[in-house]
Amino acid sequence: MTGPHPVSAQNRIWAGLLALCLILTVLAHFCPWLRNFPAGLTLPLAEGLNLAVTPLFEAARPLGRIVAVLVETPLGLIRAGLAWAPWPAMVLAAMLIALRAVGRGFALFTGAGLLAVVGMGYWPKAMNTLALILISVPLAVVLGFALGVLAFYRPRLRPAVIAALDVMQTWPAFGYLIPLLLLFGFGPTAGLAASVVFSIPPMVRNTLVGLGDVPPAVVESALMAGARPGQLFWQARVPTALPQLLVGVNQTTMASLSMVIIIAIIGGFNDIGWEVLSAMRAAEMGRSLGAGLVIVLLAILLDRITRGLAERRDPRLPRSLSGRGLAFGFGAALLLALALSGQDLLPGDAGQRALRRLDGWLLEFVTWSAPFFAVLRNVITWGVMLPLRLGFSGSASPMVWGFALTPGVTLAYAGASAALALGLGWRRPGAGIALGFASLLFWTGLPNFPWIGVFAVIATATWRAGGAGLCLLALSGLGIAGVSGLWGAMMQSICLCAVAVLICFAAGGALGVAAAQSDRFSAVLRPVSDTLQTMPQFVFLIPALMLFRVGEFTALIAIVLYAIVPPIRYVEHGLRNVRADLVEAGRQMGTTPWQLLWQVKLPLARSSVRLGLNQTIMAALSMLVIAALVGTRELGQQVYVALSKADAGAGLVAGWIIACIALVADRMLRAPAGVQSE
Amino acid sequence: MTETPAGALLSCRNLWKVFGPRPGWYFDTAGYRIDPEALAERLRREGHIPAVADASFDVQAGEIFVIMGLSGSGKSTLVRCLSRLLDVEHGSMSFEGVDLRAVSGRELTEIRRRKMGMVFQSFGLLPHLTALENVAFPLKLRGMARAAREARAQEMLELVELGGRAGALPSELSGGQQQRIGIARSLAPDPDLWFLDEPFSALDPLIRRQMQDEFLRLQRQLKKTIVFITHDIMEACRLADRIALMRGGRIIQIGTPAEILLSPADSYVAEFTADVALSRAIRLGDLAVTAVPGEAPAGPALNPRAPIETLLPEIAAGQKRFAVEAAPGQPALVLEAEAVLAVLRRDAGPDAGCESGPR
Repeated sequence: MTGPHPVSAQNRIWAGLLALCLILTVLAHFCPWLRNFPAGLTLPLAEGLNLAVTPLFEAARPLGRIVAVLVETPLGLIRAGLAWAPWPAMVLAAMLIALRAVGRGFALFTGAGLLAVVGMGYWPKAMNTLALILISVPLAVVLGFALGVLAFYRPRLRPAVIAALDVMQTWPAFGYLIPLLLLFGFGPTAGLAASVVFSIPPMVRNTLVGLGDVPPAVVESALMAGARPGQLFWQARVPTALPQLLVGVNQTTMASLSMVIIIAIIGGFNDIGWEVLSAMRAAEMGRSLGAGLVIVLLAILLDRITRGLAERRDPRLPRSLSGRGLAFGFGAALLLALALSGQDLLPGDAGQRALRRLDGWLLEFVTWSAPFFAVLRNVITWGVMLPLRLGFSGSASPMVWGFALTPGVTLAYAGASAALALGLGWRRPGAGIALGFASLLFWTGLPNFPWIGVFAVIATATWRAGGAGLCLLALSGLGIAGVSGLWGAMMQSICLCAVAVLICFAAGGALGVAAAQSDRFSAVLRPVSDTLQTMPQFVFLIPALMLFRVGEFTALIAIVLYAIVPPIRYVEHGLRNVRADLVEAGRQMGTTPWQLLWQVKLPLARSSVRLGLNQTIMAALSMLVIAALVGTRELGQQVYVALSKADAGAGLVAGWIIACIALVADRMLRAPAGVQSE
Repeated sequence: MTETPAGALLSCRNLWKVFGPRPGWYFDTAGYRIDPEALAERLRREGHIPAVADASFDVQAGEIFVIMGLSGSGKSTLVRCLSRLLDVEHGSMSFEGVDLRAVSGRELTEIRRRKMGMVFQSFGLLPHLTALENVAFPLKLRGMARAAREARAQEMLELVELGGRAGALPSELSGGQQQRIGIARSLAPDPDLWFLDEPFSALDPLIRRQMQDEFLRLQRQLKKTIVFITHDIMEACRLADRIALMRGGRIIQIGTPAEILLSPADSYVAEFTADVALSRAIRLGDLAVTAVPGEAPAGPALNPRAPIETLLPEIAAGQKRFAVEAAPGQPALVLEAEAVLAVLRRDAGPDAGCESGPR
């Protein structure tokens, strides 16, 4: 067939949108209000919210105070207890737990790691963080379980609960920290509340899944055995769902740790997160690296121990330590504690001095490696970030690319893109339109794309993928960004995230493909991804800051480090789980390995890859606010600035826009694969 | 018509169970007679599924009553209605003279704890409990002391020949072993009425056969009243005293295996039973007749539950009459070899022996 491919109705809509955007772009040269959201349309949204929220939370303050006392009393007790307990007894107890939950090797690792914490002089701070976790995890687990049970028994509430969970997980905690501070006053309670809000969702989800997966025969057999409702729940449903519930406890613990450390930003608790933050602010690399290591160690210990308990519930599996041995060991630890109490056993500041000395070496390393990292930085900045940010029209100047933007160049660009788009669109209209959009975007840069065009494109895409509800959600996010004067910041955020996701997917996808091809590479890569995934987000700032100093590029690196695991995982998982008979069929037809990968395996792994993309975007967005600490110019920074000014309204608005982007991206990529394709 | 007939432990009349948006809506016609065919048709037309439509039968004490049908015929739903795991829309059920639909939640729990046991196709064992704890579970629920319930559970495990695996978790046992645990658990409270919902369908054919033998052995020992669900006609014929055949929610025939095989109610039943070898399914007792006093044949009386194929060697050797064991106090039974041969001819089909006949 040589004639043009018939154009579907869907493609006609997209072609119309392309034409609209093209016209708007041209017109924007003459009337700038078409380019960025007009300043005249802004409303004092944040101020209004402040007027509403502040009195409300001030009024609820007495209640908040009561809660604060209820939380801070046990917190104080735990903290005092941990401060009293001499470290040798604590290390022994931790090793016993590790031995019981995981095994001998891990117990040794625990001992060595904790000794290093003591040696570096971070023991009291680490114990303060542990105290926060010991309060926040049980709270989140109990509340999450209760909410999950409620949603399980009241299916009508389920959609509302799940929507709330999505918002809780995507709305950056800094955004709602200010109202919490208003409510609970300045102190650890506000931070703990934020951490509980953030770490409840995995518990709720796992409770719902666990209870929902109890086989009907188990429920029926318990009923026929004569179980009353309470007996049915506690003796049949809960024990059967327990493995899943313990997975929830593990995920909740990790989320809680991550958040407890970030929340240190409000200060006042002398914990390890605060240590990292103050060291970073003082540009003391050695100290921040040391404190970062302590956080990573805490994360690994908590993860492996809670996971070990979840996986090794079976009482008759061989264990390194019997129950009696455990009791005996704890008795010994207690005796040790009593014997040593009151003595100052902590080493002096030798560890801290050593870390300071490390500063000098690190500085040397940074200076020595600077040329290499400068190349990386320049390639990514000039090659990816600037074009997306400023576009061809913005970055084509003699200073940047060595030539000026003359009418001739403009004409040539327009002509070449039009010719390419038409040529491609002749046979494959969808691809032609996509190319048209890409070249238009490349011309204006993402932040300068005409705003009406953004509205139209997003509205169409969300409508097609998720119907009216999703479309409304997306438009509300865009609208709020526009009227609150955050349009530019939002576009910058999308830009930064897009670059990060692109890099993550290119690099992570390649690693995933390599891991799927080679078992040996996979075995090397897996522990690395495991560790990256357990690390609290905050930690990723440390190496990025060390190598690249303050700036947007540093933020990008931190985001990429945090968000690179999902593409590796999902691409490898997807490729490895392609049905073996289809791979054999492909081989039998005589594909080369390359053809097998691109034409058989990757298309079949599409849904897994798509899920990986979804997870990458979620990770990048959640890192946005934290990366703002090292200097960006986008929404995350707005949230952070609002926090430092105690501007509740601004924080809520900027946070809600980020949550909106995340929710929309999530829904778009979760929609069934068939919806968007022709 | 709703009271329990003499000898029936469980009886139900005109049971309806309907799934759909408003199942109760069709049954507020107290005093009117429901025409089952028309109502089922109307329910289907209006987006409902009549999973059980107008089921009526009595289960006699000590009887194995098999409910048989293909998947989707409503047999599992029916047994769940009888055990009140599902509530019916219409009809009446009585168990030991008690109106099952009227009992309160507490009374129902009490009945289940002491008088009913149930075995499930997918076993339904609690994964966190050992074999012994699973069997003791119903006793624990009703508050029996640990020592007493574990002794009873151990006794039940011995009964199903798993006494040595008391400490095993369900995940460590084979399917057949798991189902033995399920059987032991359902028998632990010594129920009067025993429901078995496709207990052997998830097992391999060889194990299934063993479990059926085991089941018959247990029943000879325990003499429970049994409602047994299966989709396997051979299993039904082997085990049943009486069979209820279901299709599309309705019971289309109730009878002994021999009645169902020899005089099917309609072409569906006939087709359904066409592949069953009669020589294996028909029992000596089905063909035996009361002997004329003084003319009872010599020799030991045979087990009336044995299939007629067990007689083939003797018939081939020329024996014409057999004595069959009669129920206590009943007159002696006799089985004519000719009656067996008549069944065998029928089994061979209408074409058999026609080679020499005109075409």
